[in-house]
Amino acid sequence: MAFIQTQQVRFTYDPNDVDAKEVLHGIDLEIEEGQFVALLGHNGCGKSTMAKLFNGMLLPTAGKVLVDGMDTSDESLQLQVRRQVGLVQQNPDNQLVAGVVEEDVAFGPENLGVPPQEIRRRVDAALKAVDMYEYREHAPHKLSGGQKQRVAIAGVIAMETKCIVLDEPTAMLDPRGRKEVMDTIQYLNREKGITIVLITHYMDEAVQAGRVVVMDEGEILMDGTPREVFSQVEVLKRHDLDVPQATELCYRLKAAGIPLPSLPLGEAECAAMFRRYLLGEIR
Amino acid sequence: MISDITLGQYFPAKSVLHRADPRMKICLTIFVIVLIFTSQNFFSLGLVVAGVAAAMVLSKIPIRLYLKSLKAILILVIFTSVLNIFYGTGEPLWQWGIFRVTLNGILNSIFVSVRIVILILTTSILTFTTSPTQLTDAIERLLRPLAKLHVPVHEFAMMMTIALRFVPTLLEETDKIMSAQKARGADMESGGLMQRIKALVPVLIPLFVSAFRRAYDLATAMESRCYHGGEGRTQMNILKLGQTDWLILGTVLLFFAGYLALNILFPPAIRL
Repeated sequence: MAFIQTQQVRFTYDPNDVDAKEVLHGIDLEIEEGQFVALLGHNGCGKSTMAKLFNGMLLPTAGKVLVDGMDTSDESLQLQVRRQVGLVQQNPDNQLVAGVVEEDVAFGPENLGVPPQEIRRRVDAALKAVDMYEYREHAPHKLSGGQKQRVAIAGVIAMETKCIVLDEPTAMLDPRGRKEVMDTIQYLNREKGITIVLITHYMDEAVQAGRVVVMDEGEILMDGTPREVFSQVEVLKRHDLDVPQATELCYRLKAAGIPLPSLPLGEAECAAMFRRYLLGEIR
Repeated sequence: MISDITLGQYFPAKSVLHRADPRMKICLTIFVIVLIFTSQNFFSLGLVVAGVAAAMVLSKIPIRLYLKSLKAILILVIFTSVLNIFYGTGEPLWQWGIFRVTLNGILNSIFVSVRIVILILTTSILTFTTSPTQLTDAIERLLRPLAKLHVPVHEFAMMMTIALRFVPTLLEETDKIMSAQKARGADMESGGLMQRIKALVPVLIPLFVSAFRRAYDLATAMESRCYHGGEGRTQMNILKLGQTDWLILGTVLLFFAGYLALNILFPPAIRL
């Protein structure tokens, strides 16, 4: 069975209000353990709601969310669910609890009642995994945005979660901070086998995932590998969604009559294709 | 920039007093304050002064920081000592109308001033050598017995921790909002008191709105990380009384023995 499974999930923020708009209209989604899934979509398409449904911060109005077979609506399983699925939010300033980096990372395991020596071991391991070990005694407000987000990620992995849901973690960061966070996410997925659900509206970040799910108006529009999804440029454009810059460029060149064989996802791939074209290897 | 304000007065250094258990430091500070106020004569007070001075040297903190902490109470010291000079009893040394200066009055005023000064220095030693986090932590543990009486000790400590964490963040934000309002022509530096208070409203409203948003985000983050109150919670850093702590306690008790002896042997110097 899939690690996270949503079955016909519907969600309304205020179910008692008849006029309240339904945010999600019956979502069926399965995420396997170890996957790196990017969730794409407009503002207000229900992405962030999905993030909070995955760890039981919000409960579906109808349907079910199962984490490792546990129903998130079951209150007695709440802590179990949250130690499996961690959440990292957009604003790096608003999710750090303590005034010292290592104490913040220790917050999760402390809540779980882990013995002190074991907390120490986990905190050190988590800080090393996000490459923030040498900042362990710093105050969070003196760190850069990217560093704060990495501390927030460390706080989640110190609970030894199997899955991290990141809700637009790079939206408030500068390009360098974005790269730091993306590198950390990649590392955790590849080396530690942690399941990643990355909610983003940056296409170049989505390309790094193994699977891309596109949402629109509370429904799943597309689901597949980045190549499968981004090759359907017309569909994405019809829903006012972007494609990665390299894809966009080649799409327009193709439309202008240049016979390129495929649509690339990244800059390197694009450059290699141009080289082959200019050398006359593509006819 | 207001964000330069350091929180608390913690001054990091590597000294015995920095290493000592914060619980021990809090208890001893309270003990010394009691000694300061129960001191009967100049001899026992002098011993306390010597002890506090020794602790100041041990703390390895620049003396000018201590002097700075005294600056705030300078007016209070002058005020009380002047008042005390004229309230003495006995033979007047100098008299002008209702103003009488007596030897007793002069001694009184010196005694009271010394008391206030070392009181401030004692508490400064505590706050200079102990970080705010350590202080909250220690207070939580010292008050833990009260939890049995349903006093929400853990909740208070958590509130303190979060407040300390967010003070710099909110200060930074205030700075930003003020700049934004000034950029749009807000005038915050001129005008009378009322006008200046009014000028602060456009700063405070956005600040509050954003503070609520932060609180909501933080609550989500805390719950996501399995926070469910103080029950069943463990802590990474366990405070343990070490050799240094017992050594410090021993020294203070030794001073206390001397203090008791001096207090009993010599007659009370003042009548208050």
